[in-house]
Amino acid sequence: MSARDNILSKLRAGLEGTTPRPDQFDEELVTQPWQYAPEDRIERLRSLMEAVHTEVHTLAAANWPAKVQELLENRRLANLLYAPGTGHGQQLAEFWAEADAEQNLLAYDRPIEEWKEELFWQVDASITGTAGAIAATGSLVLWPDRHEPRLMSLLPPLHIALLKASEIEDNLYTMMEKQNWSAGLPTNLLLVSGPSKTADIEQVLAYGAHGPKELVVLILEDA
Amino acid sequence: MNQRIPVTELTSSFRGRATEALADGQLRNNFRVAMDSLMQKRADAFPDEQEREGLRELGNHIKARALSRLPDLLEQLEAKLTENGVHVHWAETTEEANRIVHAIIESKQGSQVVKGKSMVSEEMEMNDYLADRDIECLESDMGEYIVQLDGEKPSHIIMPAIHKNRRQVSQLFHSKLGVEATEDVNELIQIGRRTLRKKFLEADVGVSGVNFAIAETGTLLLVENEGNGRMSTTVPPVHVAVTGIEKVVGNLRDVVPLLSLLTRSALGQPITTYVNMISGPRKADELDGPEEVHLVLLDNGRSGAFADAQLRQTLNCIRCGACMNHCPVYTRVGGHTYGEVYPGPIGKIVTPHMVGLDHVPDHPSASSLCGACGEVCPVKIPIPELLQRLRQENVKSPDEPAVVQGGGAKYSWKERALWRMWMALNTRPTLYKCFLWAATRLGKLTPKNLGPWTENHTAPVPAPRSLHDLAKAHLNAGQNRGEQP
Ligand code: SF4
Repeated sequence: MSARDNILSKLRAGLEGTTPRPDQFDEELVTQPWQYAPEDRIERLRSLMEAVHTEVHTLAAANWPAKVQELLENRRLANLLYAPGTGHGQQLAEFWAEADAEQNLLAYDRPIEEWKEELFWQVDASITGTAGAIAATGSLVLWPDRHEPRLMSLLPPLHIALLKASEIEDNLYTMMEKQNWSAGLPTNLLLVSGPSKTADIEQVLAYGAHGPKELVVLILEDA
Repeated sequence: MNQRIPVTELTSSFRGRATEALADGQLRNNFRVAMDSLMQKRADAFPDEQEREGLRELGNHIKARALSRLPDLLEQLEAKLTENGVHVHWAETTEEANRIVHAIIESKQGSQVVKGKSMVSEEMEMNDYLADRDIECLESDMGEYIVQLDGEKPSHIIMPAIHKNRRQVSQLFHSKLGVEATEDVNELIQIGRRTLRKKFLEADVGVSGVNFAIAETGTLLLVENEGNGRMSTTVPPVHVAVTGIEKVVGNLRDVVPLLSLLTRSALGQPITTYVNMISGPRKADELDGPEEVHLVLLDNGRSGAFADAQLRQTLNCIRCGACMNHCPVYTRVGGHTYGEVYPGPIGKIVTPHMVGLDHVPDHPSASSLCGACGEVCPVKIPIPELLQRLRQENVKSPDEPAVVQGGGAKYSWKERALWRMWMALNTRPTLYKCFLWAATRLGKLTPKNLGPWTENHTAPVPAPRSLHDLAKAHLNAGQNRGEQP
């Protein structure tokens, strides 16, 4: 018998004569304490994210490309990784061309194998969209796909994320239900709640352990 | 003795190691400070008692429900993962699991592996297994990296290097990596970041553990703060996840309360920086992510625990570490004293199933049974009750069938005979009276050395006259004075 058969038959023998327990999931427990008035959601998100070293800006939707440029300028960064196949990527590229911006835009348009070294060591910042955010825990939902690959939010020292104010949900449960996650997930769904950190030495918090050292969230008010 | 004791040089028994650990002031201080702070963080993370208790109840319910249909869920998980393009493997023993992992690496002619934090891979001693076959397996979690660099094992399941302070890490980096000594924690972390980033880039295979495997969607969920888990599961062309068979839950929504319980109990965080949900390898048109994803499902004694309805509860564990943070024994002796992969209260109840009670005979008794572990456990595992059960299994006669492998390891015919005598004395009045007469008259002959008892106490000497005698004499004297009895 294979290991699989052995394990399964041992487990089945252990359950002989028993019936599976019914599902009594009490959704109130995971939703009710985590509900916010619409006007409080942004504040809750902001305060939780700021508490873990995230920079949060709320701005009118049209102004974000200029804000991105300003963020790069202030930090004197030379380049920005972006996703050319997304709506916001195109918007950014248009702004960049018009503004004649100094910083280089790097399009993530090739498989990682072709430019691994460069992505690892020479990219200063990246910008991605989000699939919303969760107020209860201060988390962004990232839904990487072919246009916006997984490593964009991981490799560069600065990650800038765009978040629509209207896409902030109260809690993880509501988010899952609303976006119907159980019907189909991407190959790698991520919740991101701040820049990379560790407290492995004497429990002293240090940021930028392996992933981004800085996370900036631009909350876009859809007026 | 203020020197660190490498785990390999410790006395081989729990008792011996505990004595040494207790004498190490630095170690005790490192643990005391860390555990106090972890306890406080957990308390702050659950300000509302009612919410906390409701959630623990739900956590227990979800795990118990999953276990009540475990074989079906494992099959469902396998089917879903396969549909998503993930290869699923099964292993009964750690040897088998290592062989599977090694075969995957070999098929890619790989020589370098980066590993995210995974207790199951510790269980497998995967690093050593692969090293023997000329494959470098590097720990990428900062804490794990530090202990690996020092040739040690983790001393805590969440904070592997908790037994070290910054001075010790600074000296370690200085001597092993040739960097300048610094006690600035940020600087130390940046040294680790630079060193490991190079390894992520070069690795052929990334290995990770799994926090929850979701049968409904075929998803492997991993929590972490550092991003090393994401690196290990995204950058190398192959990702191998290893997990115990008990980690499967039925539905995606089940992880909502479990996630909240796990991160709040472990580090007092509302959530970790990254919650990584992997449902498949890179699709044909995607630009990054591993081309292959494998899952190894490991039994290693778990099905043995599963067979007994009471002991099955050990499989509820979500590895948050709260029980050890709150354990008066663990906080004083530290994780290395246990000499096993899982230390503290959780280790004492799961290790016997993995290695046999005879390998860890002292574990079930290394507890004050104060109940703190059971009280903080987010999935309500009755740890003290299970410890008592294991104590019973420990002293079972070899003639009775062993429920836990290696059971009966502490059986002693002397102890058994003594208890039989004690029972006989206490159930036969005449015998009891004779015994009492002899004990009071011959009390002086009590030996001075009564085993472990006299290590810390003086030997008890029976009083010259028994309470019965004294009471009788008192009553008689009263009657002689004409008092009513
Ligand atoms: S036994 Fe309970 S408290 Fe201990 S690690 Fe497991 S889940 Fe956490």
